Amino acid sequence: MRVLIVEDDREIAHFVQRGLKESGHGADVVFDGDEGLDRALSGDYDVLIVDRMLPGRDGLSLIQGVRASGSRTPVLILSALGEVDDRVKGLKAGSDDYLTKPFALTELLARIEALGRRISPDETVTRYTVGDLALDRLTHKVTRAGDVIVLQPREYRLLEYLMRNAGQVVTRTMLLEHVWDYHFDPQTNVIDVHISRLRGKIDKGFDRPLLHTVRGAGYMMRDGDE
Amino acid sequence: MATNSYLRSTVFRRTAAVVLLLALVAASCVGLVGWYANSLLTRATEQAIEAEAAELKAELVSRGFDALAIAVGERSRRGGANLYYLADANGQWRAGNLTVLPTWSGASGRGTFAYPAIAGAARMSRVAAGLLIEIDGRPRLVIGRDVDDQRALLDAIFRTTAFALVLLALLGLVGSFVIARHVQHRIAGMSAATRDIMSGDLGRRLPLDGSGDELDRLSGQLNEMLARIEELMAGLREVSDNIAHDLKTPLNRLRNSAEAALAAQSGAEAWKSGLERVIEEADGLIKTFNALLMIARLEAGSGPDAFETVEIGALARDVYELYEPVADDAGVQLTVNVTSNPVSSVNRHLLGQALSNLIDNALKYGAAHGRPGQIGLAVSQAGGFAHIVVSDNGPGVAESERDRVLRRFVRLEASRSKPGTGLGLSLVAAVARIYKGRVRLEDNAPGLRVVLELPLA
Repeated sequence: MRVLIVEDDREIAHFVQRGLKESGHGADVVFDGDEGLDRALSGDYDVLIVDRMLPGRDGLSLIQGVRASGSRTPVLILSALGEVDDRVKGLKAGSDDYLTKPFALTELLARIEALGRRISPDETVTRYTVGDLALDRLTHKVTRAGDVIVLQPREYRLLEYLMRNAGQVVTRTMLLEHVWDYHFDPQTNVIDVHISRLRGKIDKGFDRPLLHTVRGAGYMMRDGDE
Repeated sequence: MATNSYLRSTVFRRTAAVVLLLALVAASCVGLVGWYANSLLTRATEQAIEAEAAELKAELVSRGFDALAIAVGERSRRGGANLYYLADANGQWRAGNLTVLPTWSGASGRGTFAYPAIAGAARMSRVAAGLLIEIDGRPRLVIGRDVDDQRALLDAIFRTTAFALVLLALLGLVGSFVIARHVQHRIAGMSAATRDIMSGDLGRRLPLDGSGDELDRLSGQLNEMLARIEELMAGLREVSDNIAHDLKTPLNRLRNSAEAALAAQSGAEAWKSGLERVIEEADGLIKTFNALLMIARLEAGSGPDAFETVEIGALARDVYELYEPVADDAGVQLTVNVTSNPVSSVNRHLLGQALSNLIDNALKYGAAHGRPGQIGLAVSQAGGFAHIVVSDNGPGVAESERDRVLRRFVRLEASRSKPGTGLGLSLVAAVARIYKGRVRLEDNAPGLRVVLELPLA
């Protein structure tokens, strides 16, 4: 995946670039908004990471420029402005995700992976499978090794999100945002308890666990140990 | 203070200007009255003279010059202020109490003249107004009235008025000066106090003289403001003390984790887990700062402008659903009781954070000793407000502490050992404030009830 980083804080930009490269992605760095827009419009990138405040053209106007050109390249806004309305403004301008500084690199990587995959038309996929676990999006039926597993509606949505992002790290914040639609931060690790309940239903009694905890980052659905 | 500075003071300048203006107006009034009185008297005199002239002319026409001379002689003898002079055809004195034709000033027969008068031993020249009448083409008859007294009276009026005005102006200027000095003195006291306050003596107050005048009232109000500022500063100091205290502990832990990992002999594995602990501690610190920043932004009034109408009952059910497994694991019975679904114009995520903080607090600090924990989340609607109540059956909060715990970083002694930022309730309070709602802590007998009221949309 090729990622363009538009960020005037060189330290952060290079930190993100290094992180992306270590995860096997290509990453270019641009320090100002005008050049950022030119490079973004060249169309060589799968995902854009854009800082909100930039010299030259600010982040929101850059994104608007990208969208005006008809490009659907996923954009993640990186911003020190961590308020809810800033997020809303960013999403309105046409960005796809929003991350507040300071952020954990694992969180950023997980979100970039999720954004990169969004280009693939997975909305038309009606059935997710991980190992012998299967989820039918039309009938909402979940089976493991052929046995039906009964889930609460929220547990179903949690599993659906995890399976859609199978093989990728999904952070707690991503789960809160996508499964619960909360952009806030419960002090207690409420997500962990929900995960452990889900795990009790899909992994309990099976030799091969499918729902893994990734220490310091989040969770991952995956068949096999790696 | 130098005299010069009093003279330059606004009070002096204004007062002096007003006094001078008043003097000017008074002078104009007196001048106008004097002029009017004078012209009234003069008109009366002129009319009397005209009437007399008409009578005497009629006498001359009907009875001849000699009869006129007799009439003039008679009138002269009556005394008073009436003056007469009649000359014969040769210009020689014939009758009247004036012996010479007076030197005339003024044209066309009517005018004023000076005449010699004797008062006791003194000879003096007095002023009269009169009419010079021609007989057979020569000026021969004078009818006059002494106006010297009238002139003197007017003169006296103008003189005393001028004197009074000069006195008024002088007194006014002196008065202005005294007032200016008084005001300057008071202001100097206020300035001195202000300088002390600016240089850090926040306990200093503006001097009051107890007169209750406007300066005193202003000083009183400024003093109230200063007291409020001092209170806020004290709150701020408490916050920064608490920040220092509450952030030191996780920073120490962070440092210890790093140090321990560095000192570990087992190599890469120990470093990895050490770094993971460091990241966890750093994340905790970031969380605290984010919460602090959010409260600060809410308190500065720059909250989210992305208001939406939120069904509070539905939101409460969502939050309940999010927390129910956690409560269950902790052996606490979490119940939700939504009797109505009020709609408020708030930000869903912000209110969600507030509710989550309240339930979080109840889970952390509301643990009952020796009895099963119970946390209730209730939503109802009354009096134009949505009521959100989070209650527990734990130790509760003493009445004296209930206002204090809403402040930033205030953590009760009993809870200091437990994890937490000390910001949860502060955020709830900030949310209540920004949406013009209220938050209050009550006794749940046993336990704590937090009531958050938000105005309905």
